[in-house]
Amino acid sequence: MGTVTELKYESPETAQAVVALLSGVGPMARIFAGGTDLLVQMHEELIEPTLLIDIKGIPETREIDVTADEIRIGAAVTGAELGEHQELKSRWPGIVEAVELIGSYQVQGRATIGGNLCNASPAADSVPALIAAAAKVIIAGPNGTREVPAEEFSVGPGRTCLAAGEFVTSIVLPKQNQRSGDAYLRFIPRTEMDIAVVGAGACVSLNDDGTCASARLALGAVAPTAKRVAAATDILQGNRLDDGVLAALAKAANDACAPIDDKRGTIEFRTKVAGVLACRAVKIAWQRAENR
Amino acid sequence: MPKHQITTTINGDEVDFGCHAGQTLLDVLRTELGMTGTKNGCGSGDCGACTVIVDGRPVNACLVLGVELQGAEIETIEGMAKGRTLHPLQQKFLDHAALQCGICTPGILNMAKALLEKNPDPTETEVRYGLAGNLCRCTGYDKIVRAVLDAAADMRANG
Repeated sequence: MGTVTELKYESPETAQAVVALLSGVGPMARIFAGGTDLLVQMHEELIEPTLLIDIKGIPETREIDVTADEIRIGAAVTGAELGEHQELKSRWPGIVEAVELIGSYQVQGRATIGGNLCNASPAADSVPALIAAAAKVIIAGPNGTREVPAEEFSVGPGRTCLAAGEFVTSIVLPKQNQRSGDAYLRFIPRTEMDIAVVGAGACVSLNDDGTCASARLALGAVAPTAKRVAAATDILQGNRLDDGVLAALAKAANDACAPIDDKRGTIEFRTKVAGVLACRAVKIAWQRAENR
Repeated sequence: MPKHQITTTINGDEVDFGCHAGQTLLDVLRTELGMTGTKNGCGSGDCGACTVIVDGRPVNACLVLGVELQGAEIETIEGMAKGRTLHPLQQKFLDHAALQCGICTPGILNMAKALLEKNPDPTETEVRYGLAGNLCRCTGYDKIVRAVLDAAADMRANG
């Protein structure tokens, strides 16, 4: 870390104090939580911040708050902590699965859900699951608090909608219907420790007669940001999961893709896999909804 | 540039150290405290050679800052044997010749210890997934996995 002697560290106890520090220092200040992306970027000298603001001292960033209506997850809650939270796991298994796919056990003990969102990788595993869940991102800033839907948070690779002085305090998962389920799947060329070539998150609610009441599908790693496949909602709503519906769903997922060609997958391959994973994720979410 | 003064517990002993804001736990252990049992492999969380246990969780010491560890409990390889008695994992690594160059060994031992605390009776698959964040470039994985499974059996038998 080249300019390590110039670096300062602060660990405020309130969101207001974080906003004041961010506003005072500007873009050379970085929010620090798990450090699994930030410290790597500093190690590789991709960034040379002058101030690290550790948000783990702020209680609301470290809590999982479950109410009858919603679940609020602090931005600095780690993957390991999410995986150990039985209520969250039973209500939102897809989100927990997505977060637990990120890195090794060592990384899981540090990497946070807020960090995965703010790093804004198009391939971030938690993001399609959060979009499918209709999660909201809670942002504190100089003008108070605002909420942004998860699908609007990232605006490009490595870029977020955060304005100067703003940071993410928590993520809110909405109230679910009685019979609903979610799922996340990703394709990687090996079995562990890799970056998604395609990721698919799905959330499905069922009517009493077994038809789909509502559904949301989101894809990762096939566009500059994780994106919602809005057409999937119309295809599923009011229907059962028959071959015709699945074929239309796969087509909608294919059509939503605007991927890059790289060493991990060609455009053609990613597009095809997106359709396959979309159908599989919806089937798992559907089954979980049926089993509720 | 002022150093931060941090008080922690390392391997059961209270340890104070000074560190700069950007100094990693890995650097604090090796440079400030002379505890070189924790190895520096990649410095970016990929290889697991620097795995230590902080407040009960295995972490890459290269991705933790010293400055955030006020009051933390840290376990390193130096605290694994009790006096001259090796930890069962250490003994089984010797018995199975589960190391060649040895650079990955301290990290793997710490990760395996954390794994067995959480799951005392893992399958081979669970051990392999559990150690997925620890690279051995001598590629002696089979012996490592056998040593961990054998140590787990030993630890279950001896309570």
